Amino acid sequence: MAESAIVVEDLHKSFGALQVLKGISLQANEQDVVSILGSSGSGKSTLLRCINLLETPTSGKVFVHGELIKMREKRPGERVPEDQKQVDRIRSKLAMVFQQFNLWSHMTVLQNVTEAPIHVLKIPKKQALERAEAVLHKVGLYDRKDYYPAHLSGGQQQRAAIARGLAMEPEVILFDEPTSALDPELVGEVLRVMRTLADEGRTMLVVTHEMGFARDVSSRVMFLHQGLVEEDGPPDQIFKQPKSERFRQFLSGSLK
Amino acid sequence: MTELAAVLDRILIKTLGGVLDGYLYPFILKGMVVTVELALASLAIAIVLGMIGAVAKLSNSRIAKAVAGTYTTLIRGVPGIVLMFIIFFGGQLLVNNIGDLLGWDYIEISEFIAGSATLGFIFGAYMTESFRGGILAVPRGEIEAGYTFGMTAAQVFFRITLPQMVRHALPSFGNNWLVLTKETALVSVIGLQDMVFNASQAGGTTRQPFTFFFVVAVLYLIITAVSKVGLRWADRRYSVGVRRA
Repeated sequence: MAESAIVVEDLHKSFGALQVLKGISLQANEQDVVSILGSSGSGKSTLLRCINLLETPTSGKVFVHGELIKMREKRPGERVPEDQKQVDRIRSKLAMVFQQFNLWSHMTVLQNVTEAPIHVLKIPKKQALERAEAVLHKVGLYDRKDYYPAHLSGGQQQRAAIARGLAMEPEVILFDEPTSALDPELVGEVLRVMRTLADEGRTMLVVTHEMGFARDVSSRVMFLHQGLVEEDGPPDQIFKQPKSERFRQFLSGSLK
Repeated sequence: MTELAAVLDRILIKTLGGVLDGYLYPFILKGMVVTVELALASLAIAIVLGMIGAVAKLSNSRIAKAVAGTYTTLIRGVPGIVLMFIIFFGGQLLVNNIGDLLGWDYIEISEFIAGSATLGFIFGAYMTESFRGGILAVPRGEIEAGYTFGMTAAQVFFRITLPQMVRHALPSFGNNWLVLTKETALVSVIGLQDMVFNASQAGGTTRQPFTFFFVVAVLYLIITAVSKVGLRWADRRYSVGVRRA
């Protein structure tokens, strides 16, 4: 049996009175590519952000490679991470790719890619540069390594952001709507890179609106609706025979 | 012809050269050095206080926010010259009351220390606002990206926030610096011999105040002009990677 990479148990997240996640459980094994679908406001980005503790879940458990992320109650209804060192260590194993790329704009592409390996993983500079060159070749941006993010197209920025994540040699990559901010003609180049990563057997959690990607590339698809999992299964199954009425509507709306 | 030149020469010496002769270097230029040193010392204090204030104002701690809020409100609501007297006289009392308790000898606070402490304290409040604005202008997502990769809060601050906030804070920082440079003139009231103090003395002795203050005005202009060159350099240095329209 494959080893579990990420396990989420009964996750709840509220912002004040607003309940965004109402009890979500998820298991992603190594080499799984899990696509998370849902209309806006369904909580899919929040779910991703709870996994790497950008948001602290109100209740529920998160395990990364079997290790429980420790949290404690600060005041009723508000939890904080118990051990910041543990959080930092776990985060360094989970790369994240954002909708808005979020490259560090005062650094070149190469500096973006070597920054965290040098300063977080503390690997020697020479080794970090070798790694950076390899991942930049992989995403097809080696010739742009000395450019600043502002001088790249959206697609190139997103590929650079993926390279930045890969340079950490992460155990899991979290994608938060990686193509939603791109012009339609730039979506393809990013999806191609993501497909390559999936083929390499990398573990990925992908929040997306790209139905084609979800159907063809993922090993599992989850559909979130109003903070709950409405549908969950292999793509063949759930796209052909959706059980939930909401998911059927969602599909007919987005496939047109 | 020779008679005319002689008259002109006498006029020039009398209005400018003659009066300045013997006063320019020992008084005005030495005073200028004091002014520049004072401005730089005050700036250093203001930067430190401003950074602490900005971080406090943006922190989650209610106490830190309240302290920083009180600080900026207080400073912006009280005239600089009043603060100058309070810190000069009050600081003297405070130090010696503490000194008495600890059994020290009488300590006299120098005008330079009192002056730079006061100006640094005043401008720290203005810098707090400049830096706060600068920090807020750094895209939230880039800071988040830092945390996502496992950076500590200190790493995120020094490697991502700080290098980017400089560019955003610079215009208002530069403005504060120019005002600070000019406000150093306040220290003449507590007897520090800066260029204004000396010009006033020399002007009084020679009964030519206009000449001396005119020279002082030109010297202030030179200081601020040089500053602008430095600020422009800093702006270029901290704008790498920014697309100019």
